[in-house]
Amino acid sequence: MSSRLQAILVPVISVLLGLIAGAIVMLVSGFNPIEGYGALLRGAFGDTFYIGETIRQITPYIFAGLAVAFAFRTGLFNIGVEGQLLVGWIASVWVGLAFDLPKFIHLPMAVLAGAAAGAIWGFVPGFLKARLRVHEVIVTIMMNYIALHLVNYLVRYVISDEQNTTVAVPPSASLKSPFLENLTDFSTLHNGIFLALAAAIIFWVVLEKTTTGFELRSVGFNQHASEYAGMNVNRNIVLSMVISGAFAGLGGAMEGLGTFGYGFIHGAFSGVGFDGIAVALLGGNVAIGVILAAALFGTLKVGALNMPIESGVPTELVEIVIALIIFFVASSYIIRYLLNRYKKGAK
Amino acid sequence: MEYVIEMLNIRKEFPGIVANDNITLQLKKGEIHALLGENGAGKSTLMNVLFGLYQPEKGEIKVKGKSVKITNPNIANDLGIGMVHQHFMLVDPFTVTENIILGMEPKKGLTVNMKKAEKDVKEISDRYGLRVDPSAKIADISVGMQQRVEILKTLYRGAEILIFDEPTAVLTPQEIKELTQIFRTLISEGKSIVLITHKLKEIIEVCDRVTVIRKGVGIDTLDVQGTTPNDLASLMVGREVLFKTEKTAADPKEPVLEIEKLHVKDSRGITAVKDLDLTVRAGEIVGIAGVDGNGQSELIEAITGLKKVTSGSIKLNGKELSQLKPRKITESGVGHIPQDRHKHGLVLDFPIGDNMVLQTYYQSPYSKGSILNNKEINKQAKKLIAEFDVRTPSEFTEARALSGGNQQKAIIGREVDRDPDLLIAAQPTRGLDVGAIEFIHQRLIDQRDKGKAVLLISFELDEVINVSDKIAVIYEGRIVAIVDPKETTEQELGLLMAGSKRKGAGEEANV
Repeated sequence: MSSRLQAILVPVISVLLGLIAGAIVMLVSGFNPIEGYGALLRGAFGDTFYIGETIRQITPYIFAGLAVAFAFRTGLFNIGVEGQLLVGWIASVWVGLAFDLPKFIHLPMAVLAGAAAGAIWGFVPGFLKARLRVHEVIVTIMMNYIALHLVNYLVRYVISDEQNTTVAVPPSASLKSPFLENLTDFSTLHNGIFLALAAAIIFWVVLEKTTTGFELRSVGFNQHASEYAGMNVNRNIVLSMVISGAFAGLGGAMEGLGTFGYGFIHGAFSGVGFDGIAVALLGGNVAIGVILAAALFGTLKVGALNMPIESGVPTELVEIVIALIIFFVASSYIIRYLLNRYKKGAK
Repeated sequence: MEYVIEMLNIRKEFPGIVANDNITLQLKKGEIHALLGENGAGKSTLMNVLFGLYQPEKGEIKVKGKSVKITNPNIANDLGIGMVHQHFMLVDPFTVTENIILGMEPKKGLTVNMKKAEKDVKEISDRYGLRVDPSAKIADISVGMQQRVEILKTLYRGAEILIFDEPTAVLTPQEIKELTQIFRTLISEGKSIVLITHKLKEIIEVCDRVTVIRKGVGIDTLDVQGTTPNDLASLMVGREVLFKTEKTAADPKEPVLEIEKLHVKDSRGITAVKDLDLTVRAGEIVGIAGVDGNGQSELIEAITGLKKVTSGSIKLNGKELSQLKPRKITESGVGHIPQDRHKHGLVLDFPIGDNMVLQTYYQSPYSKGSILNNKEINKQAKKLIAEFDVRTPSEFTEARALSGGNQQKAIIGREVDRDPDLLIAAQPTRGLDVGAIEFIHQRLIDQRDKGKAVLLISFELDEVINVSDKIAVIYEGRIVAIVDPKETTEQELGLLMAGSKRKGAGEEANV
């Protein structure tokens, strides 16, 4: 079996096993799994409105997945996607509210502000790792909390007048698309999905086709050999975290300028950043894989909302199914082992 | 004649490569049987088949005349086959005893019966003259001792047949002598031994019979008595091997590398190179002889920019290098075959093709602007693979999958092809077989003949004497003597390396 085929088969089988295990959980809890999954599918694709909602949900997942995958491919664990996403969100909204400019300048500026904020949030752990060898996992986790509370402070005291939400960004900085809304029966689908797909292409080009990507991957695999070959190891560590953070910040901008159109006080983390870790893992840390995994997560998340309504299955069960899928991906060694056994048996 | 193990007509394939083809190995009871072959010839594969790590596509394995199927290492264990790996499989913070009983601990109720375990280990250790301290921590004992722990591990599991994979590669000459003695004791206690090696001297010294494989094919099995190293070498390589590298007299020209009053600190901040002067001229090979740890690594790292220079100057063609970054130094014309090919030489997870442009990927034609040109990269890789005889299924294969010798040839190809004014070769032939060594020495001499400067660092005196035009002896971070390889002996070099002054230099030799 070629390693490429196996790279595709393993996540697919993991997902199937997760769904089967989820069905068993439903059966044991006294629900009909066929009805439950039927409700999930209808909730995700039942009509154009739901399709719109699903694609909208996929958008930030793609960005979060790309952020984690980018760092991972260059030898770093970015657990701080959640925080980078939050600062990207608020930065984009802030720029959206602070200026009065024509759309063709204003919107790109607001989107790039999100990327820049995420990049700065990624720079800090990257810099600390490069200079002082502080482990990036610790720093990124802590940076999440700083982001959460900083953003809440900004929303309440700086961008709004002691309110829980900011006002909505003007149309000149909005990603909302009347065309897409009309097409999908007035769902919250916005133009961000196109940016997400473009980001996936950029991810692939940068990593695989440029000298920068060559250096980043080389440093990720072997710092000693990279230094021997004349690459600047510290610069590459910082750069990797900056780019990773920028992807996450863009994901935040999609929420701030598209899905919601404003910023608000978060009582807790949104979870999108953490789900990004699972998306990257399931997608094998490659661009196309991240898109597919994000699509699956978006579908599950949106479809789950319909499960209690139509079939009485609680949404918590969907969380369990997602957890089971991640479990099977993480333990893909077992699947790989079984695949190899099967291959031998067939001979 | 009774055979304890028979591997008959074994064939093992990997995607794109036949690692073993029709190999037969028959081990008699109580003999030391050598398995000889070049790097990548398929020795380790064959032994992994015997140990149950790989399943052969064809062939039969018999243990004491009975046909068996060994599908995992536990079965091999049960059949009395034990393996001492080249890279030890030990848990460093555990004691010797804990490592040995790992996986089959003697129990006392719910706890491990440590007393009994230690007693058993001590008993086996004494019986075979291994002299291992059962309560010592692995991290605290020498490499030679660790190897004995590995031997004990197999004996504790009741091994009758012991496989040693390149056991002497990591040992000092004294430890090798002791290991030879251990072999004899094992045999006298009725064990049988397979010794995987490419060192011909060892075979002649300790083995009874030898099976030679070449490029995955079984060539012959013969009695060691009556053979010479030359016979074995030509069987292994498939042609005549020159032990003495042929070269014309050197014709040194202007100085290429000039080092003056160099001081370098090691990673602990202790001065490792002090007040070192050295000149390498165009058209000569200067060999640095010295005991490991006398500043050789720091010297190389200082020249190549990997380590900061405390004071002093390093000039290449008159240009100061000591404050430059590694990339600038590489671009000024320094090639470097690093001592540790896995750590510094290669990105093991990269395809061999990408490794071939590790220092030049940002230059034309391998990239334009900042976009890589994979076609050119792979074309270059293909060229080097052919030119330097790197045996790999393709240029897309990960460097990790290649044998050590082929990895080394890839690095040498990359460094020599850049045609640097100064080529630094640190331990370029460590762990390689005679065929590869001959090839690499010839390449170094070719560079010299092209009028380039070559700096060779090696712990093998044979190599230094054989290849160099001039030998610089390093001791405690200083060049203590420059000698002519044609006029020196291993004894003289050995004394100089141990710090004694040269006779005739006005002082008495003090050892």
